[in-house]
This record gives sequence, C-alpha cells and structure tokens, in this order.
Amino acid sequence: MPLIKDKTPMPAQDAKARIKNFNEVALGYSEEDALKEAERCIQCKKPGCRQGCPVQVNIPEFIARIKEKDFIGAANSIKEYNNLPAICGRVCPQENQCEKYCVVGKKGDPVAIGRLERFVADYAMANDSAKPQRIPSNGKKVAVVGSGPAGLTCAADLRKMGYEVTVFEALHVPGGVLMYGIPEFRLPKAVVQKEIDTLRDLGVEIKVNSVIGKIETVNQLLEQGYDAVFIGTGAGLPYFMNIPGENYNGVYSANEFLTRVNLMKGYLFPEYATPVKVGRRVAVCGAGNVAMDAARTALRLGAEEVYIVYRRSKAEIPARHEELEHALEEGVQLVLLTSPVEILGNEEGWVTGMKCIRYELGEPDESGRRKPIPVEGSEFVMDVDTVIMAIGQGPNPLVPTTTEGLATTKRGNIVADEETGQTSLEGVFAGGDIVTGAATVILAMGAGKKAAQAIDAYLKQKSNGN
Amino acid sequence: MYQIVRKKVFSPTLKLMDVQAPDVARNVKAGQFVILRMDEMGERIPLTVADYDREAGTITIIFQEVGYSTMALGKLEAGDYLLDFVGPLGEPTDVQNFGKVVCVGGGVGIAPIFPIARALKEAGNEVISIIGARNKDLLFWEEEMRAVSDRLYVATDDGSYGRQGFVTDILKEIIEQEKVDRVWGIGPLVMMRAVSEVTRPSGIKTIVSMNPIMVDGTGMCGACRISVGNETKFACVDGPEFDGHLVDWQLAIRRSQMYKDEEKRAMAKGQCGGGCGCH
Ligand SMILES: Cc1cc2nc3c(=O)[nH]c(=O)nc-3n(C[C@H](O)[C@H](O)[C@H](O)COP(=O)(O)OP(=O)(O)OC[C@H]3O[C@@H](n4cnc5c(N)ncnc54)[C@H](O)[C@@H]3O)c2cc1C
Ligand SMILES: Cc1cc2nc3c(=O)[nH]c(=O)nc-3n(C[C@H](O)[C@H](O)[C@H](O)COP(=O)(O)OP(=O)(O)OC[C@H]3O[C@@H](n4cnc5c(N)ncnc54)[C@H](O)[C@@H]3O)c2cc1C
Ligand code: SF4
Ligand code: FES
Repeated sequence: MPLIKDKTPMPAQDAKARIKNFNEVALGYSEEDALKEAERCIQCKKPGCRQGCPVQVNIPEFIARIKEKDFIGAANSIKEYNNLPAICGRVCPQENQCEKYCVVGKKGDPVAIGRLERFVADYAMANDSAKPQRIPSNGKKVAVVGSGPAGLTCAADLRKMGYEVTVFEALHVPGGVLMYGIPEFRLPKAVVQKEIDTLRDLGVEIKVNSVIGKIETVNQLLEQGYDAVFIGTGAGLPYFMNIPGENYNGVYSANEFLTRVNLMKGYLFPEYATPVKVGRRVAVCGAGNVAMDAARTALRLGAEEVYIVYRRSKAEIPARHEELEHALEEGVQLVLLTSPVEILGNEEGWVTGMKCIRYELGEPDESGRRKPIPVEGSEFVMDVDTVIMAIGQGPNPLVPTTTEGLATTKRGNIVADEETGQTSLEGVFAGGDIVTGAATVILAMGAGKKAAQAIDAYLKQKSNGN
Repeated sequence: MYQIVRKKVFSPTLKLMDVQAPDVARNVKAGQFVILRMDEMGERIPLTVADYDREAGTITIIFQEVGYSTMALGKLEAGDYLLDFVGPLGEPTDVQNFGKVVCVGGGVGIAPIFPIARALKEAGNEVISIIGARNKDLLFWEEEMRAVSDRLYVATDDGSYGRQGFVTDILKEIIEQEKVDRVWGIGPLVMMRAVSEVTRPSGIKTIVSMNPIMVDGTGMCGACRISVGNETKFACVDGPEFDGHLVDWQLAIRRSQMYKDEEKRAMAKGQCGGGCGCH
C-alpha cells in the first residue's frame, strides 16, 4: 500500500467568520476523513505512539476499530484508559506526545491520532446512549478536592472500583480549567458537561460551591469518615510581573479575563450579568496556551488589534502549534523578543500604554533554551489600552495552608510521590497542577489515575491489616 | 439551591435576608464573606456575613441595592431560592483581648461590624461602637449593636437621627479623650479612608474591610487585588481585612469604578425588563 505522506486536513471555520463568534473553530473529521486517516496507521507491533501517551491509550487498537467502522468499539477501547476522550482529542498537545513517536511521522506527517480520538469520542457521544453500569458500593468513602481533569479522573476510576466518591468543587460548576479557562471555541462547554454527566451516571457525587480549607479542612474530611482524600486543586493562582502600573484599570490576569468570559458568559453581557471589558488595542503578555486563548478571546470580543508580547523567539513559543496557527490566521500579531517593563496610565487610572524593552537571545540556559537578555536602551511604548497577563500560574494556597502536616515545596506545590500521589500525610494523595505546577490536561489525568490505583492499594492494605 | 427563609426591608434600597446554608453556617466566623449567585445568568455577588445561626443553619446578609444585581436580589422574597451560595470566604477577624476597641460601621457597613463587635466583646474587650448613615431610613440594627457594645454612638449626615455629622467626627472626639487600643472601620471606601486618616496621627492600629470587585473569591482571578504597604494583595484570600493605614485608597477607589459604563448598560436592561429588544 502506498504511504500517504500528508495527514487528512481537519475542516475548520473560516478565520474571518470565526473571529465574530464563539463557536468551535476546528470542526472535526467526517466518517470519510476518519477512515482515510485511519488507513495511514500501519499497526505497529511495538507502537511508539502508545509509549508517548501519558495514559497509554491502546492507540493501534482503537485505530483498528475505526478501520472496521466499529466507532463505538473504538471509543470504548480509548475509555479503558482515558475517561475524557472528547476533551483530550481537542486539547492534548499531541505533537509532543503520541504523534511525536509515530513511525509514519518519520517519512511524512504522523498519523493524526488526536483528530481520530476526537472523532470517535464525538461519534460515541452522539450515538451511544448506553448508560455505564453502576458498580455497587464497597462501603469505603473517598473525598476528591477539585474537579479539574485530575480530580475527575481519580473520581471516575475509584467509583469504577466500587468506592463511594464525593468531589468538592469551589466554583459553581465542575470541570476546573476545562470550564473556566479554555474557551468555548476550542473546547465547547457542552462537551465537558457531557463528560461530567457520565461521571454522575457512574454514581460520583459532585458538590459545587464547596471550598475545602474554608467549609472544611482536609484533616476534618478524614476525621469525619472519608477513608482517603485526593487533592487536585490545580494551579489557579495568577502570577503578575510586579512592574509599575500593573493595578491600573484595564490590566487583567488571563484567569480573570477568561473566567469572566467562559464561566460567567461575559460575551453575552448584559443578558448575562457579568461584564468584561476589552479595549481597541490589547497586549497579551506570554505565549503559552493561556496567552493564545486570551488573545483569541479578545479578538472575538471586538478588539481591533491584539498582540502577543513574548520574551523569546517564535521557535520557543510554548503554545500548541495548532493554537498558534489558528491565532495567526485570525490576525493575532506577534511581538517577539520583547517584554513589558511598565504599564502606563492616565489620571483616572486607566491603561494608556505599555513600556517594553527588546531582548536578544544569548547562550542556552539550564532549560536548554537560549536565554533572553534585555537590550540596553531599547525601550519603546506600545499603544494599547488593555493588558492581559498570561505569564503563568502558581499553586492555589487554600488547601496547602490549611492542611496540617502537609509538606509543600518552596513554591507552594504539594510534595507527592510521582507514581502514587502519596503526600506526607497518611491517606492523603495529590496530583495534577497542584503538584507539578501548570502542565497539561493529560498529565493531570495521568496523575489522577495513578493516585486512584494507589488509593485502592492503600485502602485494601489497611482493611487487611485490621 | 439555597432557600431564603426570612426577608426584612429596612428601606427601599436596604434589605436583610436569612439564607439556609448549613455548610457555611457550621464554620463561619466574624469578618468572613459569602459569594452568591441568583440564577444561571447572574453575577457572583460578594456579601459580608452579618450574622449566623449555627443551629438553624442560616446566614444573614444585609445589602444595599446599588446596581443591577443587588436590585434583582432585592426583588426576591422569603421562600425563593438562590442558585449558589459559597462560603465562608476570606480570613476571619483577628479577635483577641486588645483592651479598649472602637467599632465604626457606616451605612451598610453596620452589618459586617456587628459580628465583629460581638466577638470582640465576648473576647473581653471594652467595645465602643459608632454607627452612622446618610439618614434615619438607612440606619439599622441600633438595638443589636447596643447589646454588644459598652457604649454606642449614632450619627446621621443630615441629622435626622442621633448626632448630625459623620461617624469620624465622633471617633475623633473619642480618641482625643481616651486611650483606644484598636479601631475597626467598615463602610464605603471613602468612609474607611476617612476613619484611617483620623487614627493615623495617633498610630492606633485601624482595621478596614476591603470590598473590591471580585469574581471567584478563592484567589484564582486576581480581580480583587489591592495595594497594601506597596505590596499587591488579593482581598478575597489575604483579606478582606487590612491595616487601613497601609491601604492605597486612591487605587482602591479607581479600581471600584472599572465597570461603571457596563453597569449603566445592565441597569438600562433591568429597567425595561430586557425582553424588549430595545438595547
Ligand atoms: C487558559 C488555559 C488553556 C489551557 N490549554 C491547554 C491545552 O490546550 N492543552 C492542555 O493539555 N492543557 C491546557 N491547559 C492546562 C490544563 O488545563 C491544566 O494543566 C489542567 O487543567 C490541570 O488540571 P488539574 O485537575 O490539576 O487542575 P484544574 O483544572 O486547575 O482544576 C482544579 C479545580 O480545583 C478547584 N479548587 C481549587 N481549590 C479548591 C478548594 N480549596 N476546594 C475545592 N475546589 C478547589 C478549582 O476551582 C478547579 O476547578 C490550559 C490551561 C489554561 C488556564
Ligand atoms: C468582601 C465583600 C463584602 C461585601 N459585603 C457587602 C455587604 O455586606 N453589603 C453590601 O451591600 N455590599 C457588600 N459588598 C459590595 C457588593 O458586593 C456590591 O455592592 C455588589 O456586588 C454590587 O453589585 P451590583 O450589580 O448591584 O452593582 P453594580 O452595578 O455592579 O455596581 C454598583 C456600584 O458598586 C461597585 N461594585 C461593583 N461590584 C462590586 C463588588 N463586587 N464589590 C464592591 N463594589 C462593587 C461599582 O463600582 C459601582 O459603583 C461587598 C463586597 C465585597 C467584595
Ligand atoms: S506509531 Fe503511528 S503507525 Fe504505529 S501504531 Fe501508532 S499511530 Fe499507528
Ligand atoms: S476574587 Fe478572584 S482572586 Fe480574589
């Protein structure tokens, strides 16, 4: 069979049209596209792709099911390893994971594993109405703190093993960053909602409006009858640059900006009561996924010019390729090798501009990336009226600071064993961004999975011991 | 869902509600706040806990109708439900036996000062309270405050009740005449700033409760940032109480104006009911 070098393109909304709406940009494969793309997989005996997947989805197997047109079977195969395939198929950085190790990629494009995953997950959502079987309770209770991908995965796996699971979520909807951070046009909220409904069908109890550390501490949960606790509270603390003018009106953290839009539906203001303000010229500081999301959201809210201001060069941009490409197609402009030093404002405290300095790249530093060095005397002022800080997030301190005996790192992340999620406290496990710092959906899920295994082992051992 | 079990109207724009929220009532302490949302389309509205009943599992809120959301909230009646009610949020008041303390409540700030005055009294302090409002109609909880205070002073801007003048006038007299160990001031930003200015020369530690615009209330968004002693703080998790002598008031006042134009639009929608398509 001749090898097809290029991957099957994914249809997308036209860039001109899509910057006027919040509908999903990438439209997903048709059955025909999926079959065509699946044919490109050569079904390796030792599949590199699977090694590259943090949760080890059996990729050749699910692709084989697609070839047989057994799409539901393909979805079930993925779900053995991954509870949230419709989400991962959309937001995983596949180019650095499974697809990076695909053999076909050596001579052309790798198999579009992510797009195929999304196709089968969407197909199953639309066509598979079978409710999951409810596993009877084994009488043991586990509390999960935080309902991001780490918490949801841990909860689902434990419920499937028979544990009674209660998830506590601080916000009024579960989902973590999937709901409040990643915009609708990249990850429709209905998709996340459906995945969460599946968890509820499994019998997972989700309590929203419950801030652990305030309503109850982790220690209290243990005292009150939970046999174990998993902490997956994420990296929700926005970093600022600590430069002058950062508290002027018109300076947002990406978290605030995105939360106003995604969680509170600010783009439907005043029908929805939460306002969001975006000026004519917007600077977004940073160049990760968060920055791309903020920039593209600003465009959709009507900004005329949107700039990504980044200290390094294009090659170092940490966002997913697809997101960067989409952002550029939509008209987001890159201001590279540049970093803000001061935000300028007027009498009433509104942003009127951003003073920046140029950088050049020096020798590679410890991270292997070339170190950006400021160029003396290169300051200039960007004419902007809105600034969005997307330079990273730290661990949310609410749980670490209220849990007696819980060891944390200097930066405030919870110390947990990489393989088990075990923390310094007996019966308390942790995983996801609160342990690793801001990372990815799939890594958070992987951590939730490993912790579920470890919690099961711990509780079995404990009841044998008694 | 969280039921409103009691409603009391102090004045057309000033209302009290008891809300059934046993999880919040169990652990709440003086100085903390809640965030509520009326319905699917509603804003997350932060309000200080004015009182609580652990046994009945209720939280008392008192609010001033200032914009679209608080006006809509004011239309709800006992028996109605709120969609979301999260708390207790923020750090509780640092309650110790300081000696002699003054609690100043201005306008709707009388509500949050009440549980603080009570807790300070219980901790053995001599509590002097000053409450004030623009006029008599906006004054409430005089008897409640009297019950937890050793002395109570009342002022109204227009002299329609109590002494004519500002709460700060009375505060000034008190600190000139007796030794005060600590002052709490809660009310509108300008009033809290004025309280802090009155006590600044004598260096009496003065605690204010900041009420910046908030979204999540859990330290995730940074909307509530204020500057205290030249450091940026998140009022929802680091506060809401701060040392009034260190707060950057100008910044706080400017930031509270951020959505003025949008609020007008929301209000316009509120007035015509929103379904008319006229906006
Ligand atoms: C805008 C944005 C875009 C991103 N894009 C991508 C992408 O394209 N691909 C990708 O792989 N990754 C992406 N990421 C990163 C990814 O979303 C995170 O790595 C992942 O969500 C981490 O999962 P988590 O479960 O650890 O935490 P989170 O998703 O942060 O969830 C934590 C949850 O815990 C709750 N919580 C916090 N404290 C408490 C408490 N005390 N009590 C109760 N609940 C609490 C929070 O409200 C939240 O719901 C993006 C992140 C952002 C912000
Ligand atoms: C910790 C905290 C505790 C509070 N406690 C009380 C309380 O006990 N009683 C009470 O009446 N009010 C309290 N507030 C203020 C209350 O939250 C606001 O009045 C309310 O959110 C305004 O909403 P709105 O839509 O009706 O008005 P809007 O139309 O949004 O605004 C009207 C005016 O209020 C200001 N404002 C808007 N949002 C806020 C906000 N979140 N906080 C402060 N000012 C705001 C605006 O700048 C404007 O001047 C508290 C605020 C915080 C942060
Ligand atoms: S490495 Fe590529 S070709 Fe091989 S099984 Fe995986 S997806 Fe198919
Ligand atoms: S309200 Fe979001 S950080 Fe305080």
